[in-house]
This record gives sequence, structure tokens and C-alpha cells, in this order.
Amino acid sequence: MSELITADLVDLDLRGADRHEATAALAGRLAAAGRVTDTEGFLADVRAREAQMPTGIEGGIGIPHARSAHVTAPSLAFGRSEAGIDFGADDGPADLVFLIAAPEGGGSEHMTILASLARRLVHRDFTTALRDAPDAAAAAALINSALA
Amino acid sequence: MKLVAVTSCPTGIAHTYMAAEALEQAAKDAGHEIHVETQGAAGAEALDPADIARADAVIFAADVDVRDKDRFAGKPLVSGPVKRGINHAADMVAEAVAQAEAAPAGPAAAAAPAAPAGPRLGPGGKLRLWLMTGVSYMLPFVAAGGILIALAFVIGGAEIANVVNGGEFQGTTYEAITDPTQILGQAGIAGLMFAIGGLAFSMLVPILAGFIAFGMADRMGIAPGVVGGLIAVNVGAGFLGGLAAGLIAGAIVMALKLIKANQAFAGIMRIVIIPLVGVFAVGFIMLVLIGQPIADAQAWLTDWLAGLSGVNAVLLGVILGAMMGFDLGGPVNKVAYLFGVGALASGDFTVMAAVMAAGMVPPLGLALASVVRPKLFTQAERQSGKAAWLLGAFFITEGAIPFAAADPLRVIPSTMVGGAVAGAVSMAFGASLRAPHGGIWVIPLIGDPGGFIVALLAGTVATGLCAVALKTAWKSKAAQAVDDSALVTI
Repeated sequence: MSELITADLVDLDLRGADRHEATAALAGRLAAAGRVTDTEGFLADVRAREAQMPTGIEGGIGIPHARSAHVTAPSLAFGRSEAGIDFGADDGPADLVFLIAAPEGGGSEHMTILASLARRLVHRDFTTALRDAPDAAAAAALINSALA
Repeated sequence: MKLVAVTSCPTGIAHTYMAAEALEQAAKDAGHEIHVETQGAAGAEALDPADIARADAVIFAADVDVRDKDRFAGKPLVSGPVKRGINHAADMVAEAVAQAEAAPAGPAAAAAPAAPAGPRLGPGGKLRLWLMTGVSYMLPFVAAGGILIALAFVIGGAEIANVVNGGEFQGTTYEAITDPTQILGQAGIAGLMFAIGGLAFSMLVPILAGFIAFGMADRMGIAPGVVGGLIAVNVGAGFLGGLAAGLIAGAIVMALKLIKANQAFAGIMRIVIIPLVGVFAVGFIMLVLIGQPIADAQAWLTDWLAGLSGVNAVLLGVILGAMMGFDLGGPVNKVAYLFGVGALASGDFTVMAAVMAAGMVPPLGLALASVVRPKLFTQAERQSGKAAWLLGAFFITEGAIPFAAADPLRVIPSTMVGGAVAGAVSMAFGASLRAPHGGIWVIPLIGDPGGFIVALLAGTVATGLCAVALKTAWKSKAAQAVDDSALVTI
């Protein structure tokens, strides 16, 4: 099974006027890596989830995500934004954005990996390390090692 | 405490697990046992029915319907959106603990029908939880400030207050130290401790008000609450003014948060509008609607006391004593204290003795009550009871504030009764005192120290008995329950 995230799925200078543009930028990386087959279709699924309840949580984190038929392998794209992007959290915009892509019929083994990623996100030491990561490879390694 | 929780969210791949992790951490940090069922995409591992049976309370952090809710029927329930479980896990755990303690014990609980939203704290319980939150954040300031001031008296003698702040003590007039950086040089380590203790004390009311508002309206409540508390200090409204400021600030921010702004505007709302409007509204209310009436009332009380000068001495002792015990350093207490200091200047030394005895009684009496009937007090109160012995001994009436702020309706009558008894007995013995502060440290300066000590003991016992009686006779279940949960927020 391929790793959840690789260096080309990391964008340490994520830009976008709003959450949709930021999400689209990250989705582009997933598509380029062949993990998402139909970017527009996938983004529609993400937006549908976002519309139910914004995915931002306190501490500057946005987690747009979807289970989608257009996803081939459980994947994560990670973006860091200096300006911050509003994901609807109570305490302001998110500077760490995690786009989680899960295949529609994903087995529970895949889901378990995503679950343990989600659990890591509530730990300050983890998010702090991600904020301090010097480059994309380091960020990807950090995330993968946290899930090992 | 044993808890079970269920987390779920629309997609079931992110927030479900984040909430589970946050709740597990929060419960562990607060020393509770928790089992969490994640109803997410990775497949829910169902809670062990034995764990559910043993659980004292249930937490739902869920945006979609919890599956098989019937399993939890009859258990105290705290329920909220999944994000609350992530962002405010500690609060949810604290509420669950509070609910568990508020719930009737025994098999009756299991038979109770499950209310759809679960039992919630009534208005009285909520109010007490807010007050306790404020008190729990204030306690370290009381302990640090009060003990520093007491130690300053021990090391520097009772005149240390005048050495630092200026004024006359035992016929010597001191210049106030105007440059705070010179305190160590001019007043020594005792003066430094007195000054630092005083600064810590000056934060009591702002912290109390700020964190009452925090308890009500989360982080956005802090700024309006602290500012309201500062104004309460500035207008001399004391801790009761601080309670009012905190509650007003919390209510205003709660109301402002109800305004639904569209997404683009939401950020500005949180960062600019709510703090701006909240701080101004609280400031306006505290200064204009509360500050002026308090000043008027103080002026009226002062005139009234002056008109009483011919009255029976014991009755004057009762009145001054009750005033000292009423707001513990607040405006009414100040009027009585200044009346005592004024009497000193005109050569009547008995009033000051009565005032000091009555001012020492509230912390001493509550410390006594917390030792005699520890079960009536929260763990935090029992701890502050230990410091209250010392603070009372040094005439630091504020030592009683943590008790009074958490439960004003029961504690203030007790401190008033004890103060009145102490004031009356001291006047009856004709004990006299030429120093305006110092507590037991100035007993050698007292005329008829025996009578003064009898007054002190009588007042202390009266306050202790009253507090125990009131807390026993009129005990709200919710009050007891929220007590220890408020501790969790420290």
C-alpha cells in the first residue's frame, strides 16, 4: 500500500482566496499524483461535506475531506498558509489545511489509518512540528511517521 | 469517575476521531476513566455493555444521530456537536462529571426515563458553575497576594503598610514610596512583599469577573469580563461589583454570539465586533449604571454613620461589624473601615478595635466551618480555608472572598453575623486599638487584648456556625455537583 502522503502532496505555500480555492489547489496535487481521477467530481463531494458543517477547528486547522468515488487510494494533501484561510472555526482562519481523500468503498483498514491521522491532529506537539517543518519532504515524513 | 462517550460526524473520517482523542485526553488529564465509541467510517467498535453499565455519565459529541441511544437510557448525558468535543473536550468532561454528581444516586437513576436531550443543569446550577469557574481562577491570586501581605507584616511589622503607602502609624508619619523600583531599597524585602502582594490582590476582582464571563461565553467573554472587573475595582464596587461585571459581560457576549454573521463577516465579528461592543457595553454599564449609585450609597452611609456617633457603643459595633462582613473589602466594608480610621484621628480608639475584629472574622469563621464540616465545602474551598486562617489572622478580610463569591447567598449572611458579634463584643469590652491594620501582629498594642480576643473568637464561631447551618439547611444538589467540576477548569 502506498504511503498516505508524499512530498509532492505537500504545499508549504498554500494560497487561495477562500477555502474552495485552497482545497482546489490541494486537490490538483492529488490528481497529479493519480490519487484522484476526477478533480471536479471530488471537489463537489468535498464541498457537499463542507456545506453540512464547516470543517475548521480551533487552533488554526482546516480539514476539508470526503469519501468519494473519484478517489483511488486513501490520501492526504497538506498545505500551510501564511495568510490563513477561513474554514469556519470559532477562533479564526486556519494556517494548516489537511485535505483528506478517502475512496468510496474503502476497506476499514484504510479508514483506520485516516482515523489515526485525525487523532494526531488534536495534539499540539504534532501541529507545532508541522508548522516548523522546513520543507515538503520533512512534513510528509513527519505525517507518515506519526501514523506508523 | 467513569465516563462513556460516543463521537460521530457526517463523513466519519476526521472529526469523529479527533473528538474521541480530545475527550480521551481531557478525561485522562482530569483523572477520569473514559471509553469512547467512534461511530465513524473505520467501523464502530461498540462500547462494552459492562462499561456502559458502570459509567457515571455519558457524553455525545455528534453531528449525526447517535446509533443505539437506548443503551444509555437513564444515564446523565452531556450532548453537543462533534466540534465541541474537539475544541472544548475538557468542558464536556467537566459537565458530565457535574451531571453525574447532580444525578440522584442509586437504582432510581437507572429506572428514570431517558429524556431526549438528557438532564441539564438548572439555572441555579449553571449560575453556580459560572461563579465557581471565576473563583477557581482567582484562588491563586488570593493565596499568593494574601500570604505575601501577611509575611510582609511578620517581617516588617505592622507599620509596613504605611512605609510603602504612606500615612501615620503610631505617631510616625511615613512618606509614600512613589517610584515602585525603589521599594526594595527604601522599604526592604518586607516592603517589596507588601507591594507585590497588593498588586496580586488588585487582580482578584478582574480575574474573578473575567473568568465568570469565560465560564459563560468562552474565550470571548474574558476581555469584557476583565475590563468590567477593573472598573468594579476603580469605582470601589468590590467583589460583588466584580460578580456583577462578570455576569453582565458573560450575558452580553452570549447575546452577541447569537448574531449570525455571514461567512465573510464572521471573522471580523469574532476578532473586532464582539470584543469592541462587549467591552464598551460592560464598561458603560459598570461606570454609569453601577459606579455612580455605589458612590452615592457610600456617601449616604458615611453621613449616616457620622450621625450615629451618639448611639449606644454596642449597637455601633453591631452595625460596623455587619458592614465589614457584608462585602469583604467592597464599598460597604470600606465605609465602615474608614469610619474606624476617622475615629482614630479624633481620638476614639474603640471603634478601630471593633472594626478590625469584625474584619478578621470572615476568613477565620469560614476557615473554621471548612474544617468542622469539610463535606459542605468544595475541595478548592477547603484548600483556601487553610490560607484563610493566615489571612484572617492578619486582618485580610479578602481571604473570605473565594467562599463568598462561590456562594454569596449563604456565605455573606454568615460573615455579617460573625462581624456583628465580633464588633459588639469588642465594643462591650471597650477594647481599643491605635493601629489601622496588622491583625494579631498588633494585639500587643490593643487596650484590653483579652476582650479583643474574646470578640474575635465569638465572631469566628458565629460565622462558622452560621455558614454550616445555612449550607446544611439550604443545600442545592446542583451546587454540590458543579463544585468539583469547576475545579477541572483550573
